[in-house]
Amino acid sequence: MRKVAIVGVGLIKWGELWEKSLRQIAAEAIFECLEDAGTDRIDAMTIGNMSGGLFNGQEHLSSLIPDFMGLKNIPAMRIESACASGGMAVRTAYLEVASGLSDFAVAVGVEKMTDISGQEATYALATAADQDHEAFHGVTFPGLYAMMAKAHMDRYGTTREDLSSVVIKNHKNGSLNPNAQFPFEITGDQVLRSPMVADPLRLLDCSPISDGAAAVMLTTLEEAEKLKKQPVLISGIGHATDSLALSSRNDILKMEAVEQSASKALEMAGKSIEDIDFAEVHDCFSIAEIMILEALGVVPPGEGGKASSEGLTALNGKFPVNPSGGLKSKGHPVGATGVAQICEAVAQLKGEAGKRQLKNVKAGLTQNMGGSAGSSVVHILEVI
Amino acid sequence: MVGIVGYGTKIPRYRIKVEEIAKVWGTDAPSYKRGLNLNEKSVPAPDEDCATLSVNAALNALKRAEIDPAEIGAVYVGSESHPYAVKPTGTIVSEAIGACPYVHTADLEFACKAGTEGMFIALNLVKSGAVPYALAIGADTSQGAPGDALEYSAAAGAAAFIMGNKNLIAELKDTHCFMTDTPDFWRREYKHYPEHGGRFTGAPAYFKHVSGAVDAILGKTNLSPKDFDYVIFHQPNGKFPVQAAKKFGFKEPQYLPGLLSPTLGNTYSGSSPMGFAATLDIAKPGELILLISYGSGAGSDAFVFETTNRIDEVRNRAPKLKKQLDEHKFYIEYGTYAKFRKKILVPN
Repeated sequence: MRKVAIVGVGLIKWGELWEKSLRQIAAEAIFECLEDAGTDRIDAMTIGNMSGGLFNGQEHLSSLIPDFMGLKNIPAMRIESACASGGMAVRTAYLEVASGLSDFAVAVGVEKMTDISGQEATYALATAADQDHEAFHGVTFPGLYAMMAKAHMDRYGTTREDLSSVVIKNHKNGSLNPNAQFPFEITGDQVLRSPMVADPLRLLDCSPISDGAAAVMLTTLEEAEKLKKQPVLISGIGHATDSLALSSRNDILKMEAVEQSASKALEMAGKSIEDIDFAEVHDCFSIAEIMILEALGVVPPGEGGKASSEGLTALNGKFPVNPSGGLKSKGHPVGATGVAQICEAVAQLKGEAGKRQLKNVKAGLTQNMGGSAGSSVVHILEVI
Repeated sequence: MVGIVGYGTKIPRYRIKVEEIAKVWGTDAPSYKRGLNLNEKSVPAPDEDCATLSVNAALNALKRAEIDPAEIGAVYVGSESHPYAVKPTGTIVSEAIGACPYVHTADLEFACKAGTEGMFIALNLVKSGAVPYALAIGADTSQGAPGDALEYSAAAGAAAFIMGNKNLIAELKDTHCFMTDTPDFWRREYKHYPEHGGRFTGAPAYFKHVSGAVDAILGKTNLSPKDFDYVIFHQPNGKFPVQAAKKFGFKEPQYLPGLLSPTLGNTYSGSSPMGFAATLDIAKPGELILLISYGSGAGSDAFVFETTNRIDEVRNRAPKLKKQLDEHKFYIEYGTYAKFRKKILVPN
């Protein structure tokens, strides 16, 4: 397998993009990515998108997006793994280049979620849960993550303040990110005063519904050199799945897909978690970031909440997490999230992250997951 | 010179509090109260509808206008809750107030802007010389589906304005309209409750159009916000009109007198006209008032009026709006509300 590097990233500002269509925002991110990469050569395109069908009544994005961009005839495919679709699109593009099938592969993640009502969007998202055993009975993702949060609080003594510390930190980081959907700080008081969604999760514990797109250009190290661009190496990739329904798991507080995807990626990169300088993780709910910290091995099981409260994951902490603002502040257009995490990691590693730039970072990790961690994909990125 | 010769309002006496609705649906009352600045709303009695509210408001307007109703040459009723799909509300109103038979009448619909549509047509009809007086009414018993966010605001009320060219209480200085095709809120035929685009009703709908209307009228009249004594914006809740006012630098003394939605709710076609009526209740002669309506679909009408000396003579001839809003109100629980609003399905 050939070594694969990222030579370009493209990210548009996320939010309620009512003036633009699904294909437009995907194209904007790709054009920005091509500009950044300094080439318009695309041998293959992978498209991370969870549910164009339910959100936009549009499937067959593999034809839609290249056609709109004037790239007729290129091989393109849409990848779906719920909220991990973006990360999986990057992984698939990686395989295109690593295998020698393509020299230049673009991975784009796109989701347009705000053109339908909140109720319809909640239904669309809930299709990432187990229809027979969960969604049919009325539970949606806030409910599933609330169960995990309750269990975490009960078993480990995680507090309301611990949950809030994740939210406060991610909004603080997001306030420094001009592309964030909600680029402002919030206080613990605001979290506590926000409406209850599913006890103990309040509105401000939950990531938003967003429109957005992100793209990355992957190529070989040789081609990267020809482009005279500073490449960022994808040194490790890990992908794992777990039972779809929470009820099928031996332990509701163990995210096995996250654990295994992380350990595989680290093993491939020849690294341990101690060698990683920062991470972009899938904080779809405040409790998710706490549990991911534990699953990645950053802290022992049960200590994620305390570690967050104590500032371990802050921009100036020992292990910064979600410098971009995370899903919480940056937004969560589900199919785009995994690709945008890579964009942030690349920006941090190249020293191009502006006011939220971390100091002396050489290796970063991105973790993107679907549903209640029924699938997870981890990338290790390094400057070379 | 054209303008208003008489105005009147009508508010039902029943009220329901936001807490009572939130209790039934298990939602967070403080977030509606704080987030949308809504506390309670008016509820029409079972024997009140758009036609009865219109008649009552029109009779109050006649008390202030002191004219023979037979002289009214046109009656326009703007509403999205006309009692009949086919058969005008305007004929009922015209007959009840004694304007028939030599009268032109029409029912208007443009979501929450239908009231000011009538005002626009009435003013221009008088201006043209076609009729000596024209009556424009904005009235609604607005609908909000059970459990929908609209249920916390959809209220009932009416405001009526008799336009003429002599004995004015407020002279029309100018008007301007701002309209695009923006589907933020709608009700399909045969459907009982409207649907809406959630947050889409904000920035690209309400704020874009009210801002467009304000910019246009200020540009046309060469006036600035500080030149006005009062401003009234359409009030879908208590938050949007304040946000819109602040955006243009209007201060509380300018917008508070016409801000009714926190305790009245959104009376749809009656909303900004009722805010305007509440402002006329307190305005002194020679004061400048800016009225900005909004109707989903979407558009805004802007009006600039200047009060005359006659305002002081007539305002006490009919009940003021604040009195109707604050006095003799009866609070009802959700069950009664559901019965009054026909939200309980009864076989045959």
